[in-house]
Amino acid sequence: MSKNIFGVILAGGNGSRMGNVEKPKQFMELGDKPILIHTIEKFILNNSFECIIVLVPHQWIKHTQDIISKYITIKTDSIFVIEGGSSRNETIMQSIKFIEEKYSLDDDTIIVTHDSVRPFVTHRIIEENISYTKLNDACDTVIPATDTIVESCDGEIISSIPNRSSMYQGQTPQSFKAKKLRKLYLSLTEQEKSILTDACKIMVLKGERVHLVSGEVYNIKITYPYDLTMARAILEEFH
Amino acid sequence: MLNTVYQLKRPRQFDITFKPMSIDCDHIIVRPTHLSICHADQRYYQGLRPQRILSEKLPMALIHEGIGKVVYDPTDTFKIDSKVVMIPNIPMESCNHIAENYLRSSKFRGSSFDGFLQEYVSLEPSRVVSLPMDINDNVATFTEIVSVGYHAISRFEKFSHEVKNTIGVWGDGNLGYITSLLLKKMYPNSKIYVFGVNRLKLNDFTFADETFLVGSIPKGLNVDHAFECVGGGASEDAINQIIDCISPEGTISLMGVSENNVPINTRMVLEKGLRIFGSSRSGRTDFINLIELYRNCPDILLYLENIVGSVITVRSIKDIVFAFETDIHSMIGKTIMVWNK
Repeated sequence: MSKNIFGVILAGGNGSRMGNVEKPKQFMELGDKPILIHTIEKFILNNSFECIIVLVPHQWIKHTQDIISKYITIKTDSIFVIEGGSSRNETIMQSIKFIEEKYSLDDDTIIVTHDSVRPFVTHRIIEENISYTKLNDACDTVIPATDTIVESCDGEIISSIPNRSSMYQGQTPQSFKAKKLRKLYLSLTEQEKSILTDACKIMVLKGERVHLVSGEVYNIKITYPYDLTMARAILEEFH
Repeated sequence: MLNTVYQLKRPRQFDITFKPMSIDCDHIIVRPTHLSICHADQRYYQGLRPQRILSEKLPMALIHEGIGKVVYDPTDTFKIDSKVVMIPNIPMESCNHIAENYLRSSKFRGSSFDGFLQEYVSLEPSRVVSLPMDINDNVATFTEIVSVGYHAISRFEKFSHEVKNTIGVWGDGNLGYITSLLLKKMYPNSKIYVFGVNRLKLNDFTFADETFLVGSIPKGLNVDHAFECVGGGASEDAINQIIDCISPEGTISLMGVSENNVPINTRMVLEKGLRIFGSSRSGRTDFINLIELYRNCPDILLYLENIVGSVITVRSIKDIVFAFETDIHSMIGKTIMVWNK
């Protein structure tokens, strides 16, 4: 029987924010392995997943397959590397299309989408994503905001300062009932699509409930060179 | 994989660190589900070990009692998601006449290196033992300390003479409860006497034949053999009282840990021809035999439910601290952490 839960690892970044580095950040080494491998391994150890889908830019498909073959020795037949889309949400849609074609898609199919560059995700976070999505159709991993958030519409003058106690910083995983997510995404106007910064916003724009899952401060996204330095610093070997 | 490890950095302060963990062909990976706190953990947590030891060992993840579910097994010995108990003793060699837990080269989790306070634990197959799926999780959590009692009794069987009409257990804490319970089940024809300092606690030893306050032991009472489950500063009084109460040629099993040397009445040990032996920790055989005993005498598990103390769900370091602080203030009972970190 299908588990009907799929790990979706978004590795579509091209590394443009990593300065002069040559490779996209997900392929850079952290400890003894590429960041992406550490992230996939966290998903491999969770036996709730039917398979793990890794979405990368077309030109990185072979490279990704090669490093998976090199570093991962288990469950390799349930890891699929496919091409991502033109944006984060289009990439997620690609994963849903893949599931529909290769497995089957029904109202209970769950996708746990995760940034490939967040290798410090924990067992608990993944488990809670799965359990809350079963109950609520969608959930988002967050941590309470520590800095005060200041809003400025023109970039010069403060428009508002929201109450920090109700502010959170988004992390991943973000998890969804896949069929519902796609239906809502396809119902958005182009203008609505243009303001999407992440997939949870699709649900929120359509008035759907998205449950919060507590993230971890250290579940960092390795986006800039500084983040990689930080990630290396928190690995014990660099203590 | 980057495994999250929760280490005690200094007394009363836990810190998160990450350690690379291989998903290889030789190791089973277990996701801990329930962990329990032992006095040895508390001695680190409260900073009661000598400063030199603390500096040498910390930072280190504590906890050597725990169960979990198998998430990865390259050896195909265990089913995925099956319930297992993790053995904290890690032998580095084998020897025909020295048990694995006495080899000086052996390592022990939460003492020589990181204990079970981790997101995942990587273990050699011999360090994992299957548990019945229907076993009470909270009781199964402290299988390790029960196996320590089982181990001491196995040694007692080897070292003691055959007359076992009365066996005394000194100590009204968890180890005293466990050891006296196992003795009652393994030696049903023997009378088991328990000696303690707290009447309320002794009242819970309902399976024992008699319980006594150490301050008012009836004159002339004696035991054929004795187990000392006291430890700490009270070890001296307990051992010397045993020496007074025990019959000649009896065996005394020392199980309590003391940071300091303990002066005992060696003159009387010589005069009575006593055999004193120490027991510490346990090995794979003890775990396996104990689980078999659980199968044969399921009421042991029911009795052990009486020493399940606080059961605390742990989702943060704050919860770990709360569990340790709660444990300090509990009179008896094992503090269980339902591990959801």
